[in-house]
Amino acid sequence: MQVPAHFEYERATSVDHALALLARWGGEARVVAGGHSLIPMMKLRLARPEALIDINDLTELSYLRLAGDELLLGAMTRHADLLASPLVGEHYPILHDAERVIADPIVRNRGTIGGSLCQADPSEDLSAAFAAIDAVAVIRGPSGARTVPVREFHTGPYETVVGPDELLTEIRVPIRPGGGSAYEKVERRVGDWAVAAAGAAIWLDGESAGGAGQPGIVRDVGIGLTAVGASHFHAAEAEASLRGAPATEENFAEAGRLAGAHCEPAADQRGPVDYKRHLASELTVRALRRAAARARGQEA
Amino acid sequence: MTTVETPMGYGSMRRKEDARFIRGRGTYVDDVTLPGMLYGAVLRSPFAHARIVSIDTKAAEAHPKVRAVITGAILDGLKLAWMPTLSYDTQAVLATDKVRFQGQEVAFVVAEDRYAARDALELIDVEYEPLPAVVDARRALDPDAPVIRDDKDGKTDNHIFDWSSGDKDATDRVFSEAEVVVTQDVLYPRVHPAPLETCGAIADFDKVTGKLTIWCNTQAPHAHRTVYAMVAGLPEHKIRIISPDIGGGFGNKVGIYPGYVCAVVGSIVTGRPVKWMEDRSENLMSTSFARDYHMRGEIAATRDGKIRAVRVSVIADHGAFNGTAQPTKFPAGFFHVFTGSYDLEAAHCAVTGVYTNKAPGGVAYACSFRVTEAAYLIERMVDVLAYELGTDPAALRMRNLLRPEQFPYPSPTGWEYDSGDYPRALALAMDIAGYDDLRAEQAAQRERWAAGEVGGTLMGVGISFFTEAVGAGPRKHMDILGLGMADGAELRVHPTGKAVLRISVQSQGQGHETTYAQIVAEELGISPDDIEVVHGDTDQTPFGLGTYGSRSTPVSGAATAVVARKVRERARIVAGAMLEVSPEDLEWEKGRWFVRGDPDQGRTITEIALAAHSSLELPEGVEGHLDATTVYNPPNLTFPFGAYICVVDVDPGTGRVKVRRFVAVDDCGVRINPMIVEGQVHGGLADGIGMALMELIAFDPDGNCLGASFMDYLLPTSMECPSWELGATVTPSPHHPIGAKGVGESATVGSPAAVVNAVLDALKPFGVRHADMPLTPAAVWRAIQGAPLRTDLAIG
Repeated sequence: MQVPAHFEYERATSVDHALALLARWGGEARVVAGGHSLIPMMKLRLARPEALIDINDLTELSYLRLAGDELLLGAMTRHADLLASPLVGEHYPILHDAERVIADPIVRNRGTIGGSLCQADPSEDLSAAFAAIDAVAVIRGPSGARTVPVREFHTGPYETVVGPDELLTEIRVPIRPGGGSAYEKVERRVGDWAVAAAGAAIWLDGESAGGAGQPGIVRDVGIGLTAVGASHFHAAEAEASLRGAPATEENFAEAGRLAGAHCEPAADQRGPVDYKRHLASELTVRALRRAAARARGQEA
Repeated sequence: MTTVETPMGYGSMRRKEDARFIRGRGTYVDDVTLPGMLYGAVLRSPFAHARIVSIDTKAAEAHPKVRAVITGAILDGLKLAWMPTLSYDTQAVLATDKVRFQGQEVAFVVAEDRYAARDALELIDVEYEPLPAVVDARRALDPDAPVIRDDKDGKTDNHIFDWSSGDKDATDRVFSEAEVVVTQDVLYPRVHPAPLETCGAIADFDKVTGKLTIWCNTQAPHAHRTVYAMVAGLPEHKIRIISPDIGGGFGNKVGIYPGYVCAVVGSIVTGRPVKWMEDRSENLMSTSFARDYHMRGEIAATRDGKIRAVRVSVIADHGAFNGTAQPTKFPAGFFHVFTGSYDLEAAHCAVTGVYTNKAPGGVAYACSFRVTEAAYLIERMVDVLAYELGTDPAALRMRNLLRPEQFPYPSPTGWEYDSGDYPRALALAMDIAGYDDLRAEQAAQRERWAAGEVGGTLMGVGISFFTEAVGAGPRKHMDILGLGMADGAELRVHPTGKAVLRISVQSQGQGHETTYAQIVAEELGISPDDIEVVHGDTDQTPFGLGTYGSRSTPVSGAATAVVARKVRERARIVAGAMLEVSPEDLEWEKGRWFVRGDPDQGRTITEIALAAHSSLELPEGVEGHLDATTVYNPPNLTFPFGAYICVVDVDPGTGRVKVRRFVAVDDCGVRINPMIVEGQVHGGLADGIGMALMELIAFDPDGNCLGASFMDYLLPTSMECPSWELGATVTPSPHHPIGAKGVGESATVGSPAAVVNAVLDALKPFGVRHADMPLTPAAVWRAIQGAPLRTDLAIG
């Protein structure tokens, strides 16, 4: 049995209480939500916080709802709830695609979307999915709330903009009509971290999107990548190449090529660099293809 | 020879042991808490190869909850720093001079609780001088390779042994004149048994009685007792090994690990029981691995597909200490069964064992003493030959399989296969799979794919036909550390007709409490529910070498049948006295002796049991009661076999493999409990998918273990497994009392080749002939690119 080093345990009763506890521990504490990354790291003694601040009682951070033209996701939303939500599936099937391949049902029942983003594992799936759909993170601290685009949320492997006295409380996703989205992942075994994965959201020009046999013009597009060292989980060059262009196989292939060319994968036991770069391209193309089909109403 | 199945009378009855397991009431080592028990933890080497400059334990000793800190220097004073391995090598219990693999045991802390023991490890200060590591087995014998075992006098290289089998000259002769010769390098990479329950022990030394009780999840409790007696110089009757419920073994729990010895020393030093349970990473990094065979296979054939000879050379990576558990005469185990299921003119193999800076061990994981490597090699080679000849792999096998009339078959490397009907098993598997339809589907799909179908997958069909060699073994040929591989059994029928069977082997999930009761039930006509099977306690059971190599049913199952027949003969005498007739005039029907020609005159086994304990006058020289003992020395191994067909779909764009179907036809002789047999096969097939597609212990250039957690060492889940399609033929073993052959490892032996052959069949349009396991998406994609990965090393 692997046992962690000594730590103190605090149980927050409200967001304000959590923030007060964070302030009191001055950066030596870690927030625990689902705990599926943090606890194993503590048991391996790779993480040794002086205290854990348990926010599992903060049910006020567990919600999925529409507010105006935004989808609001509380940071304590469990993966399983995101996967089960018809509202999420209706607007962003990419999130359901991604959740289906995140770990296993046991982990998804406990793990939270806020925890996943804050853990900032370079192979994490939701980071790429939320980058693709240009979500915004709401962070609360001693002096109130601030918002940060997910595309600026991560500052490096296992590092985010969330300060030691701050708490991620919400993810906001803009709802825009005429879009489709999808997520494609390759893992060595079900539940494993991604060898590589790509998420794409695409909005096609209203006139041509439904036109018979017409591919449509790309009004906007978001492409997220994980596990391949893409800056901020995001394929900016690939997106730029597609905006305003017809949503054709040729243009998807070029976007895929750019996505592969502009990432910086590292070799590990999941695969060598050339393979991961290939996957970044291949999965970008596949995600775009499926997202476009969904935008055209050709695929669920 | 009969080939109609006559299962044991109680067939697929439910497992008796499951009543406690499904209620969560099993008792595993870690469930045992003894009064005053302390907890041990092992400090392990972070380096694969380093000189130990100094070890400072003062701060750890000062920890308020620490009761003892044991180092190699302390053990050296007790002459316990090194222990013998099961292969007549030595292994460091705690390192004194050097560490030789990452994760090697350096110090042992005994503390009041697990947390304190673990904390105290961090207070031990070890200064290391790192040395270059030997990681690549193929470079271990290079002249400039660092010498790992400089503890051995005069050792100047990393060579362990050379061993060969077969007729080299005859084989070379066939090769020199063969129409077709195909050569292929084939790696069976290092994998790990990874049982759900890790290894562990509680040592409890009673200073007053001098008795040492060791609770340990060992597959071989009696062998452990004898080895402890030999190593520690303790009298064997003062050692008791209790092996309680075991959460999987797969060979991982055969040997004696340094942690066990440390727990014993810890108990002697502190006077209190000491529990040591390794954690998952310790299990994966330091305990018995499996395989690590670097093979070159050559196959000689005629142009029209008659296989004539096979030649193999192997570099066997045994890690830092030669701790492999093999019968003494066979340092490469039963690898020389590599001629497989085919009728060859000649065969030869040469195996060289080498030291590397990796964990020792090397037999574990359901491999039947290296039959796994052998079966994988020959089945891969046959497919390589089919590739080169452009033949269908099923047809090529059918042409070359041994024919039923050739049994008992003397193989070119000295085995005598006991019985088999191979073509029947392959035909059945092909029938279940719908082989011709699969090939038609594949041909149509390949046409569409060649025409540029977007996003399509490529299907592959893989076949494996394996011959197992299990039930070690005849004591004339087989021993481990001088202990012959025969097993005892004792059967006692109580006065009321209920029985207790005591056997030497221990179950790790095989269902012995059910199947052995079924054997006795079949022989005596007592209900299996009325038979208690006692095992896993050396004070309660007869001597024997334990459960591994699929030897329980071939050896202990036979012992059980023999001892039950002895009891039945005793019952005959008693019945004769009861009926006042000569025992020769009695006939047996299940559960009852009756007078020949007068079936109404008879006595049931229950009536006989009571009479045997009563005042009934028995013939001169016949003792009372109804019991017997036996020791079973198998006359030969048994040779289960099977035909497996796997269907996969490969996505060439990503390299992903999905196993669509898996057909397994097993012939393990008479099946005692077909449900349990099928369960064993299910597990082995999952194992095979794991090894073929994902399981791997690789090392980086510094010798760091890259498979030290379940995030890195991937085990298959139900999601990777199709719904198994099983079939069976029954060819009884002619020399086993009930015709059983054993099945524990059949599927693990046979299935990896079927999966790999299927994947490579799918990749045929890319001109890929071979790629090494595990066929991860990256490995498959790289094979398609013509740049295959070297899977045993870190991916660079």
